[in-house]
Amino acid sequence: MTEQAVAEHAAPEAHEHAGVHDPNAHHSPEEIKKEIRVYLIVFGALAVLTGLTVYACYGLKMPAHIAIAIALVIACAKGFLVAGFFMHLLSEKKLIYSILGLTVFFFAVLLWGPWHHFVDMIGHK
Amino acid sequence: MEGHAEAHEHVLEIPHNVHPRPDTGLYNAKLGIWLFLASEVMLFGALFSSFILIRTSAPTWPRGWEFLNVPLATANTFILIASSVTVVLAWANLRLGNLKWGRIFIGLTLVCALAFLVNKGFEYTHEFEEHRYPSTSNFLAIYFTMTGLHGLHVLGGVIVFAYFLFPGAKMWKTEPARYTNRIEVCGLYWHFVDLVWIFLFPSLYLM
Amino acid sequence: MAQRKQLRVGTQWLYADDAEKLLREAIRLREQEEQRHRIEGHALPFWRQYIFSTDHKWIGIQYGFTALCFLLFGFSLMILMRLQLGWPGHAFSALKLLGEGRAPGGILLPEAYNQLGAMHGTIMVFMAIVPLAVGAFGNYVVPLQIGAPDMAFPKLNMASYWAYLTGGLVMLASFAVKDGTANSGWTSYPPLSVIATQGQTWWLVGMIFLITSSLLGSINFLVTIIQLRAKGMTFMRMPFFVWAQFVTSFLLLLAFPPLEAAGVLQLMDRVAGTSFFLPSGLVVSGQPLHNAGGGNPILWQHLFWFLAHPEVYVLILPAMGIVAEIIANNTRKPLWGYRSLVGAVVFLGFMSFVVWAHHMFLTGMGTLISAFFQTTTMIISIPSVVILSALFISLWGASIRFTTPMLFALGFLPMFGIGGLTGLPLGLATADLHLHDTYYVIGHFHYVVAPGTIFAMFAGIYYWFPKVTGRKLNDFWGRVHFWGSFLCINGVFFPMFLQGLAGVSRRLYDGGIQYAHAKAIAEQTNPFMSISAIGLLAFQVPFILNFFANVFAAWRGKKNVDDNPWQATTIDWAATTSPPLGHGNFAVLPAVYRGPYEYSCPECTTTDFVPQHVETAPAPPPAGGMLPEAAVAQREM
Repeated sequence: MTEQAVAEHAAPEAHEHAGVHDPNAHHSPEEIKKEIRVYLIVFGALAVLTGLTVYACYGLKMPAHIAIAIALVIACAKGFLVAGFFMHLLSEKKLIYSILGLTVFFFAVLLWGPWHHFVDMIGHK
Repeated sequence: MEGHAEAHEHVLEIPHNVHPRPDTGLYNAKLGIWLFLASEVMLFGALFSSFILIRTSAPTWPRGWEFLNVPLATANTFILIASSVTVVLAWANLRLGNLKWGRIFIGLTLVCALAFLVNKGFEYTHEFEEHRYPSTSNFLAIYFTMTGLHGLHVLGGVIVFAYFLFPGAKMWKTEPARYTNRIEVCGLYWHFVDLVWIFLFPSLYLM
Repeated sequence: MAQRKQLRVGTQWLYADDAEKLLREAIRLREQEEQRHRIEGHALPFWRQYIFSTDHKWIGIQYGFTALCFLLFGFSLMILMRLQLGWPGHAFSALKLLGEGRAPGGILLPEAYNQLGAMHGTIMVFMAIVPLAVGAFGNYVVPLQIGAPDMAFPKLNMASYWAYLTGGLVMLASFAVKDGTANSGWTSYPPLSVIATQGQTWWLVGMIFLITSSLLGSINFLVTIIQLRAKGMTFMRMPFFVWAQFVTSFLLLLAFPPLEAAGVLQLMDRVAGTSFFLPSGLVVSGQPLHNAGGGNPILWQHLFWFLAHPEVYVLILPAMGIVAEIIANNTRKPLWGYRSLVGAVVFLGFMSFVVWAHHMFLTGMGTLISAFFQTTTMIISIPSVVILSALFISLWGASIRFTTPMLFALGFLPMFGIGGLTGLPLGLATADLHLHDTYYVIGHFHYVVAPGTIFAMFAGIYYWFPKVTGRKLNDFWGRVHFWGSFLCINGVFFPMFLQGLAGVSRRLYDGGIQYAHAKAIAEQTNPFMSISAIGLLAFQVPFILNFFANVFAAWRGKKNVDDNPWQATTIDWAATTSPPLGHGNFAVLPAVYRGPYEYSCPECTTTDFVPQHVETAPAPPPAGGMLPEAAVAQREM
């Protein structure tokens, strides 16, 4: 048992390749090129959405409450694209999802707390 | 035993530094950067929470273009999105084994980041020329603070990318997989910086 | 199944026919190790080995030593305060140390009292307890307990320590600036903190360094625990100490950033003239403040307590982890309810994020939001009770060894019980109306942290000192330290509940004697409490001397224990004593075959425990059948 453990330990990351492969998932060059195409499409989408937000809120000078709604919805869409495709969240591991899920919950609590206090106060608003 | 006895330094082997641990599917730095980003979500979350409170409790609130340069900021948004694309293209090229194009794209990312900061510099100087300071109003206070903190994060990215473009690129010769991982991890950080701006830009300039 | 002959070699059980071979291999590896250490120990320059070390063990020692110094310093500040509180208006030569500006003629000025109060709290919480509990114990023990060669990011670990030290030094430096340190409480509430003297800016800058240190450290802990567990160490085989550190690190990771943001906002208010926390129409000393106004002081409280509540669980969780390890070890039976302990600590961590506004019941929150926080606060008491109960029940039917660590661990239990129970009225909004900002609160949280966490820290020091140095601390003086501290600490803090119930407010520089309702109780209790505090200080002296005497003896090579003096099951005790720096922790990385508390197990026949890293439980050796040249250890009964 000791010798086995010694042997294992002596060649820890012995299966190191020439290093050009992605250690996370051994993708072929074709798959990587496909991914590049996806990145460029997402870039196009982000550019369009940015233009759309600016035009809707600033170009058309929408009133504040409508501008807030439009801008937040589009921002969420853009955020989804960046997080999902550029950050590869759509194909990430379960552990990362759990950590982020927890974080999003606490983020929501943090956003809610001070505001709700302001809305639910004793005496005048 | 760990490693080999070197004359000047003993390098400790940390498991799963480059190759993922089977049950989690992650290598160490990837998990580390996502945890860091989780903490950054809470940092900017606190600032957004403050923004919401200050804005909803204020009797009046200006529209962004009354004080700020929307076209310049829009250009900055495009620049930052472009830099997100370049960094992910850098990583893709490194995975293809192409150091030359990898470095070119890292360089482009760096250029975009610097352009962003230069534009920010123009924005701030213009505000100061118009005697608009953080102390002038709460709108300007939150504007300067949030964009300032975001700008510091951009600066951090600049420093890291500059390191990996120049002195850090040596790592490709000895440990190319580890170098590729590092660029992936920096890319994740950079996308987060972009993500924050995606929400910050409309909140301050367009609402 | 044929029984192969087995021998105990050091801390391992080996099959006899392999033993000779393995023994020679082990001796060869050990020699190789020492040879390498001799070569490379000289190769790494002193400043790389001991100042900017990246070895988690040395970083743990750095954290420990620094934190203990800050602990003593913070305690000394309190002694100075208690001199004033016990005998208000009385001149003390000790107070003259603070200089004429703070204590003219040896009588503390109110402004100086406020400085001491704010810095005592800040130093104890952020510079002493958390770095000791997490930075020192966490760093040293966690990689050893999970069978890892080091933390996942050794250089980041080093950066964390240096950020901590920098923040601590900035805080200390503020004692020397004009008008002294921060003086708006450790809670730094605006508007007072925004208009306060320059020490407050130093506090904010110091906090940014301390928070950064915590964040980097927590990332390291989480990645280490998730990624570097040895083969066979599943989550449910981890020692409870590691679970406690795991949850603690999540709290630090997600709860600290809002305070960092708030600190930046307050810094902007102070330095850039913004009004994040300053309302309109503020008048200071008769002059209206020329600021934009429109800010909200309550915003600071929300952001501050969003961190500071999870922070108190950061203060207690590692302590519970240490106490659990020591109880299991000294009762010689598995902890009762391991699964419920794990479930409780995870649930506790989660709930700690949604209770913070119970510190703000008196800020004018409406009934709905107050009811929400009151409910979550009551719910969070449940996992605490589960944990404490499990630890108490673990004592039932046990063969208790009253070693010095065990005394402190046992002392922790009722003290944390008192601290926790006295928290309940504070969590109920109606009762809190009467008790908020009184000495009752001070009594409550000190019971949890002082005879609670700090006793657990002492327990941990007495317990792990042999692993770090190869010597046990002197037992007699350890007991003197325990009993003296236990008596005096109750003398200091118990009367605070009485004071609080009588309505004595906190943060009063004279202890309340200027208020008619408080005068009598203050005069009756404060001198007694101050004398107890001085007694408490006196009883730390045997500990300090004990500690340094044994550190020096160990440094000169005088070891007096073997690798596993407490006969413990967890893998940290499989590592050699004083594992060498920079070479990983184990001659061979262990694999784990069983849970962490296999004491008094059915298959234990010769010893009463089976370590986690041992594959098969040792069978009894046949009579007389032992190899003479093997280093066989007789089990101590």
